[in-house]
Amino acid sequence: MIRFENVSKALGGRKVLDGVDLDIERGSTFVIVGPSGAGKSVTLKHMLGLYRPDAGRVLVDGEVVNEMTHDEIKKIRKRFGVLFQSAALIEWLDVGENVALPLREKTMMADGDIEEAVRSKLKLVGLEAAIRKHPSELSGGMRKRAGLARALIENPEIILYDEPTSGLDPVSSRSIDRLIDDTRKTLNVTSVVVTHDLHSALLIGTKIGMIYGGKIVEVSTPAEFVNSQQEFVRAFLESQFITTKGPWEINI
Amino acid sequence: MPIIITREPEFSQPPLNSMGAIGRRIMADCSEMGRALILLAEAVRFIPGITRKRALREVLNQMYVGGIMSLSVITVVSIFTGMILALQTGIELRRFSQEAFIGSAVMMSMLREMGPFMTGIILAASVGAAFAAQMGTMVVSEEIAALEVMSIDPIRLLVMPRLVAMAIMTPLLSFYGCLMGVLGGAIVGKTQLGVSWAAYITNATTFVATKDIYVGLFKAFLFCVIVVTVSCHQGFLTTNGAVGVGKSTRRSVVMSFLAILISGFFVTKIFYA
Repeated sequence: MIRFENVSKALGGRKVLDGVDLDIERGSTFVIVGPSGAGKSVTLKHMLGLYRPDAGRVLVDGEVVNEMTHDEIKKIRKRFGVLFQSAALIEWLDVGENVALPLREKTMMADGDIEEAVRSKLKLVGLEAAIRKHPSELSGGMRKRAGLARALIENPEIILYDEPTSGLDPVSSRSIDRLIDDTRKTLNVTSVVVTHDLHSALLIGTKIGMIYGGKIVEVSTPAEFVNSQQEFVRAFLESQFITTKGPWEINI
Repeated sequence: MPIIITREPEFSQPPLNSMGAIGRRIMADCSEMGRALILLAEAVRFIPGITRKRALREVLNQMYVGGIMSLSVITVVSIFTGMILALQTGIELRRFSQEAFIGSAVMMSMLREMGPFMTGIILAASVGAAFAAQMGTMVVSEEIAALEVMSIDPIRLLVMPRLVAMAIMTPLLSFYGCLMGVLGGAIVGKTQLGVSWAAYITNATTFVATKDIYVGLFKAFLFCVIVVTVSCHQGFLTTNGAVGVGKSTRRSVVMSFLAILISGFFVTKIFYA
């Protein structure tokens, strides 16, 4: 569904992506892990057409994103929902208005239908009671849920999550993990998750890709990942005290 | 060509010499000026969409925030501007026993120059700075990127309603400021120079031409377009978090002031020279 073919990108003279090859299958949850500055978010931005590669191709269902015009990119973005690291909610709109925004701005749907769609998505993320709250009144976890409801409002085929558990306590992080997993199972969407959090990656990923030094050094299932003998992977696992034992055993 | 706000960060090698640095700066400024004009053109292109309920509500909101909330400061500044004008010209005219003419002096100055100019400066410093800070904060908190990813044009959602609201309110505020300035002049005339209300008003209205009114209103309109375009554009250029928001706001105010002064001179030259 999403394919990177030998993608390279330099920013400020530094090669952030260096010949990245990636295949993300429809309906899977692909988790990209790696240290800060390794190019995880840059990879997501290439999928959305926000960045263009210096070399290589980014394909979504066979269509080359980096060769598209601005209007074509706008069209293909309709297939994506994005949960930003900060949730990126519009601060002066309440949760309901935030979630409704894409429908109000881009469709001619009646107010009643929009309200119904908003309530159903907020129910899906367990935030129906906060529909009239403003983002400043929400906790970190609630903001992410509201952001996810907005990302889901147009029924996208692909959802990109940029550090969905960053800044959250472990309990909230696990509840967001469950939400990501439930969303994939309920709506049959393809999920791409960028995270530092290996607990999350092992719990929700169907495949995990480790990016290091601008290259994908490992792509494997969670079971293979925890048993990997790759030096960078082992260092990453050990830094988060990950062993083959843990709550992620259900997934490995 | 549509404008894309969320861009790849631009990096360039340091120039080899000072001429190279100047040349690069000029090129960058010209490029940004071009982008600001495209932003303005895009905002104008979206004006027909104002009939949408959300857009209309936002226009009314901005008319209140940018226009009505500026009334108090415009009242104070305009009254004192009129008072200073009346006092300075009155002191000189009294040497020739012509102090009754302060009415026309204040009225002409306010309508032709000071009214729109003071309004433009006040709006650049208050409303324009607020626009730049708001857009800048939205950029650094990824709200603008989120809008673009959702294929919602930030120019249609944010810039167009502000442009329309201020295009309606600024000429009205400018005219109101002129009236307040004339009132301030009348107070000084009466209390400091011994000019009666009737003589002041008669004198103030005798020499006013329709041209003075419409040129003043046109200037106010032009200044509002400058303020909205510059402030929103500078806000969209923000990088580097809170420090970047501060820089964008400062640049927005400085550039608006300069553009108002320079364009004001040329409008005066075109209509009066």
